[in-house]
Amino acid sequence: MTVTNLDNLQATTQESVLMRTEQLSLSYGKKIAFEDVSIAINQSKITALVGPSGCGKSSFLSCLNRLTDLIDNCRVTGRIFLEKWDVMNRQIDTIALRRRVGHIFQKPNPFPLDLWKNFAFPLKEHGVKNRQEIDLIVERVLKDVGLWHEVKDRLKDSALALSGGQQQRLCIARALALEPEVLLMDEPCSALDPISSGVVEDLIASLRQKYAVLVVTHNLAQAKRIADYVGVFWVRDNRGKLIEFGEAKQVFESPQHDLTAAYISGHRG
Amino acid sequence: MKQEIIKSPISTILVWLVAVLVTGTFAWILGDIIFHGVGGISWEFLTTAPEDAGRSGGIGPILVSTGLILAVAMGVSVPLGVGTAILLAEFTSATNWFGRFVRRSLDILAGVPSIVFGLFGNAFFAKTLGLGFSILSGGLTLACMVLPILIRSAEEGLRGVPDELRLGAAALGLSRTATLFHLLLPAAIPGLLVGLVLGIGRAIAETAALVFTSGYVARMPQSLLDSGRSLSIHIFDLSMNISGGDTNAYGSALVLVILFLMINATAAWLAHQSSSKYNDSYQFR
Amino acid sequence: MTWLKDKISSPSKLNKSSQFDWDWVLVWVLRIMAAITGAIVLLIVIFLILESLPFLQVKGIGPFFTDQRWNPTEGLYNFTPMLWGTLLATMGSVVVATPLGIISALFCQYYAPVAIGNLYRRLIELLAGIPSVVYGFWGLVVLVPLINRLHPPGASLLAGIIILTIMILPTIALVADASFGKVPQEYLLGATSLGLSKWGTICNVVFPAAKSGLFTGVILTVGRAIGETMAVLMVCGNVVETPSSIFDPIRTLTANIALEMAYALGNHRSALFVSGLALMAIIVLLAVAAEVITVTSSPVTKNS
Ligand SMILES: Nc1ncnc2c1ncn2[C@@H]1O[C@H](COP(=O)(O)OP(=O)(O)OP(=O)(O)O)[C@@H](O)[C@H]1O
Ligand SMILES: [Mg+2]
Repeated sequence: MTVTNLDNLQATTQESVLMRTEQLSLSYGKKIAFEDVSIAINQSKITALVGPSGCGKSSFLSCLNRLTDLIDNCRVTGRIFLEKWDVMNRQIDTIALRRRVGHIFQKPNPFPLDLWKNFAFPLKEHGVKNRQEIDLIVERVLKDVGLWHEVKDRLKDSALALSGGQQQRLCIARALALEPEVLLMDEPCSALDPISSGVVEDLIASLRQKYAVLVVTHNLAQAKRIADYVGVFWVRDNRGKLIEFGEAKQVFESPQHDLTAAYISGHRG
Repeated sequence: MKQEIIKSPISTILVWLVAVLVTGTFAWILGDIIFHGVGGISWEFLTTAPEDAGRSGGIGPILVSTGLILAVAMGVSVPLGVGTAILLAEFTSATNWFGRFVRRSLDILAGVPSIVFGLFGNAFFAKTLGLGFSILSGGLTLACMVLPILIRSAEEGLRGVPDELRLGAAALGLSRTATLFHLLLPAAIPGLLVGLVLGIGRAIAETAALVFTSGYVARMPQSLLDSGRSLSIHIFDLSMNISGGDTNAYGSALVLVILFLMINATAAWLAHQSSSKYNDSYQFR
Repeated sequence: MTWLKDKISSPSKLNKSSQFDWDWVLVWVLRIMAAITGAIVLLIVIFLILESLPFLQVKGIGPFFTDQRWNPTEGLYNFTPMLWGTLLATMGSVVVATPLGIISALFCQYYAPVAIGNLYRRLIELLAGIPSVVYGFWGLVVLVPLINRLHPPGASLLAGIIILTIMILPTIALVADASFGKVPQEYLLGATSLGLSKWGTICNVVFPAAKSGLFTGVILTVGRAIGETMAVLMVCGNVVETPSSIFDPIRTLTANIALEMAYALGNHRSALFVSGLALMAIIVLLAVAAEVITVTSSPVTKNS
């Protein structure tokens, strides 16, 4: 039953693995959210995680940049590596870690500040204090996410006044401004209308060149379109498991697991 | 069933009667004070010093003392209270022993009778710290007293800030200090202000804790180490110890009630502001 | 774009840098503040004890009950009349205010049209905070003369009970209102669909479900009534005698402190602190009782 996780892991390690987890488990109090997840995230590739609701995908993402530190009664075991660094180590500088591992949430969460400050505040905290530099970065990342022409005249307006799709692209731009190496994206399109969703999807696909992207999605078609690797989460014994992980083509065309096969062909497991 | 059908209207009448009784009593109290007090209030009354032990003259120095006592009380309790609230709301889990200890002692503090605060203030601030009967002693005593209210609203204000902001900020590698000062506190300001205003309301209503901490002296205070008479003590003294002081007591009581009502209206308005702020902006999920 | 990489404090290493850690400083500053806040209660208890000790060490608790009367200048320290005063005023007002407060809350929740109910709730909230000296003043100039006409002297246990009732009623009403608000709507709908009348629903469904909240509210109120000082002082006459009728003047423990602290010295002062310590002990006990009720009854409300 346990799938060939490790084989897959080895298969992928031959390329440039930027981040990987080993037997990662997480529990909230007594409830185990997911268990024994081993996965690799490659440089310049998009890795997609799919699976039913509640199987621990979001929780998994928040382990990777130690956002779990903020959650009460949450316990993580197993190992996570960013290059050679042990992310779980207490000595790790979480601020530096989170700068290198960006996180986009399911729900857009711009700060209740004006657009410009949404970028300036984190940039200043990370040492970019010069106004001109900040302006340049803002323009560049807003262009990257295709938002520049929509908002260039309203940088002093509240970010909360933007539409949902614009907010989400703003959040992506805000993460990009810090030049992360890994981008974690938690269902970035789920709160958006089909058109915004398409825009964001194209954006993710274009991010592939520069970043290692790990994206959670409920949209299998989307995963098929953009992903290089796919991991399938499933709930078993009331806890999440990674039942399949491999190259997208292989997972979609010849899944090794019955549940995966059923899931991608639209049946219920 | 039959019984109940018969009982029902009587109970309804009873409930309405009680409501009318309660409303009537309070209308009576407020009406009496407004009716008898309104004639005594004038600009002169508010600004001149009391004469003839308060029977005539105004309440100028008393308002100043009251203001100073409040300023000391809030100046000390606001930083302390906000700091404590931040620790409780942002940096301690529900199970942490220290957090639980602080919460428990605040619960008790909230129930301590004001006269006991008075005893404590007298023994600690006035005697042990050597501040004597002074505005400082009184203000510090009130500071201890309003802390629970202040902390409760400040904590509520902080808890009202959506977690998305905290997670979003942390995910950008922002330190907790930066998050707190740039995002959480600005967002929690209405809640903090509600606490501040409620604290002022509690402090301005206080008498017993001040009788032997800030004292009775009705002169214009020259420094915070002078004794100063608060408005509430002035009312108490005029009505209890000065025969013929009732007119001015009514005037002072009306001033106190008006101040109190203004403070409450402000608090209600602020609370309304804070409740509508975030629910609008983060609607969809 | 590499130019940015150098500007951003780019951590190619992830080890904690030796940079100054503001978060650490912040947390410790906050902890110190919270420690001060948490220490206030302890400080109060400590100072009450310190100031009480001179009396307790020399005379013990005995004199408070066995001396002939309360007359500190003669070295007589009998507290019993004041204990009776506090007990009777508290009990009387709680007994009257509890039903009135609960009915007020019922009015807000179930009887009044929504707008009137909200208005009434705001009124009660306001009343809970009105300065006690204002109530006391009204009692002194309006209530006491009225009672005096009925039965001299006017300043009496009855006046104290009435004033305390007015003062604590809002507290009970607010707590009761909150606990009624927590009763699930389905219970009410269920009861109504069974054909229960409004009053029947309230007796059979609302009260049982809100029981623990009501108890806690009453306990809190008892604390408030025991601790109330100025208003009671202003209307009760303050004669140190165990009252034999409701028209007799009384002196409560709190009023006694407020009246005598100004000139008390030595043993007298210490004795007043003993009464303060006793008040504090009662408040702590009440807080514990409220806690116990909340803790023991919460699983019941969840299951039912
Ligand atoms: N803060 C928390 N405290 C306790 N339990 C939690 C917490 N967050 C999530 N859980 C639980 O952990 C499990 C996994 O949640 P998670 O949000 O990771 O699922 P998910 O796969 O992202 O679901 P979805 O696809 O709906 O977003 C769920 O059963 C959830 O109830
Ligand atoms: Mg999720």
